[in-house]
Amino acid sequence: MNVTIRVRRQDPEAEDTTPFWQDYSLEIEDNATVLDALIKIREDMDGTLSLRCSCRSSICGSCAMRINGHAGLACKTQAAMVLREGDIIEVEPAGNMPVIKDLVVNFDLFWDKIMEVEPYLQPQGPEPEQEYVVSNESMLHLSGVTACIMCGACVSDCTVMEVDPSFLGPAALAKAYRFTADPRDGDEEGVSKERLEQLNMPSGIWDCTRCLECVQACPKGVAPMERIMAMRDQAIAAGLRNTNGARHTEAFSESVEQTGTLDELRLVPKSLGMTNVSGLLGYAPVALQALTHGKMPPIMHKKIEGIEHVRRIFEEVDETER
Amino acid sequence: MRYAFFPGCVSRGGCPELYPAAVLICKRLGIDLWEMQGASCTGAGVLQEKNQLLGDTLNARTFAMAEYWDLPIMTICSTCQGVMSQANFRLRDSEYRAKVNTYLAEEGLEYKGNATPKHLLWILIEDYGLDKLEELITRPLHGVRLAPFYGCYLVRPTDALEFADNPERQDALERLIEILGATVVDFSGKTRCCGFPILTINERNSLAMVSKHTSEAKDLGADAMITPCPLCHLNLDSFQPKAAAQAGREIGLPILHMPQAIGLAMGISPQELGLRRHIVNTRPLMTQLTPAGTAH
Repeated sequence: MNVTIRVRRQDPEAEDTTPFWQDYSLEIEDNATVLDALIKIREDMDGTLSLRCSCRSSICGSCAMRINGHAGLACKTQAAMVLREGDIIEVEPAGNMPVIKDLVVNFDLFWDKIMEVEPYLQPQGPEPEQEYVVSNESMLHLSGVTACIMCGACVSDCTVMEVDPSFLGPAALAKAYRFTADPRDGDEEGVSKERLEQLNMPSGIWDCTRCLECVQACPKGVAPMERIMAMRDQAIAAGLRNTNGARHTEAFSESVEQTGTLDELRLVPKSLGMTNVSGLLGYAPVALQALTHGKMPPIMHKKIEGIEHVRRIFEEVDETER
Repeated sequence: MRYAFFPGCVSRGGCPELYPAAVLICKRLGIDLWEMQGASCTGAGVLQEKNQLLGDTLNARTFAMAEYWDLPIMTICSTCQGVMSQANFRLRDSEYRAKVNTYLAEEGLEYKGNATPKHLLWILIEDYGLDKLEELITRPLHGVRLAPFYGCYLVRPTDALEFADNPERQDALERLIEILGATVVDFSGKTRCCGFPILTINERNSLAMVSKHTSEAKDLGADAMITPCPLCHLNLDSFQPKAAAQAGREIGLPILHMPQAIGLAMGISPQELGLRRHIVNTRPLMTQLTPAGTAH
């Protein structure tokens, strides 16, 4: 089949460093991947096109890039499945990382963040006389995260890193979970409290917006966002409750348990902390504007029909989980 | 056409203009709504971070009620829709569903796995038909340039949202904009995050997202933005002045709830649709509208 691969190209070392689009029209096999097409371009049409690739079977994690605006592995994406109108496929370098040339990006920041979460086991309890014994279930659970091939697709599409490069980001946080969820890490009970204290800081677990971009982008089903959510729960369970994020989760949960729905009027002050005067004052102008525009949530928050059943479900599920 | 109506918390809370606008246009469209008085909040992804089983059980309770009425569910919020779709996706597993049902039995409910929660946007395209909607348009929004803003949970994850079986969901909002007679302003931020979930956690980042998306659309010539998500609306409209101040620039981009834009094209007055309740002034936009009754 005939396709047009539209590549976002850039050469920061050239005289003109402005990124530009270049179209390549070529014949490829019906079952060819986007990577097959790119390799064909480099080999047969334009040797100046730069890209990274190695295994061609979604194991090495080299060929993550944006395909039609969303990150993925070029070797795992069939060209026929992503054809746009006019049989065009748009290919860009991965986002949130500086471009070295064309589709090759600089991973330094990516690795710095992985190192920042100290990616090695840190047992704090007494050493066992022989080997550590862990259950099959816990290792099977961790294999979901160790499936990560460090391709950077999640980092490319992270909405928070786009506005704040200091955010640890989905790859490093998923890596952190690989240890907080490991029964050998942390104290005798397997609670990695020191790690969680670090992750509880600004730029950590609470800065994720839950936008699901990383879940959608990950080619290996690691679901980084879900791991971040699990660490929020681990942090609260470890007694780390003094953050706006933890207060928000608790206040949200309390509101649904008590009334069945969300009481927005009380959620903001409860999240900021009732004694956080400067924080609360920061919201005063917005609240006043909302009030004058008739946008304030009702002061009397109504309970839903059958609220007793919602409360019972909260209690029963909570008990089972324990 | 009848639906079990799940309005969600924000359409009656932080965005009280959305609920009446949605009910009003459904009445004009002839869509009969049975409001689910006993349904709880979906958990919005927040409850799920604490306890997914709890969130799924509360949603299964809502699904069981709709199943009992034998009605599909209509949502008017991307977040409600996404959380329900994700829960329903997990509840396809009969073993998991049986576990969840043990908590519902005392109320006499059982979820059999047949609920179909659908956002009004999807309903208009898949069930109602855009051609039928077009017939009711008396004041097409000619000359108005609208930027779509979906809300994360209406576009991701694509498996739970069943995009493979319903490919029209990918560009549903653009199709709607065109039927309303307006011009689509395509921009890279349309499926990104509005920043609302971290507003009280990291306000600087949250507002940076608001200013990034609204200024990008504005700079591409948009007269307004249209969103099917009231949570996005809260951040993009109510916090836009603060976001503009942080970014050190003027923005002033009105944000329309999807039902409001439909209502305007059907000739309903801005006042009835609650447009005066917005924080970003919508009056300049209203002067762009042609008088009602000048369609086609």
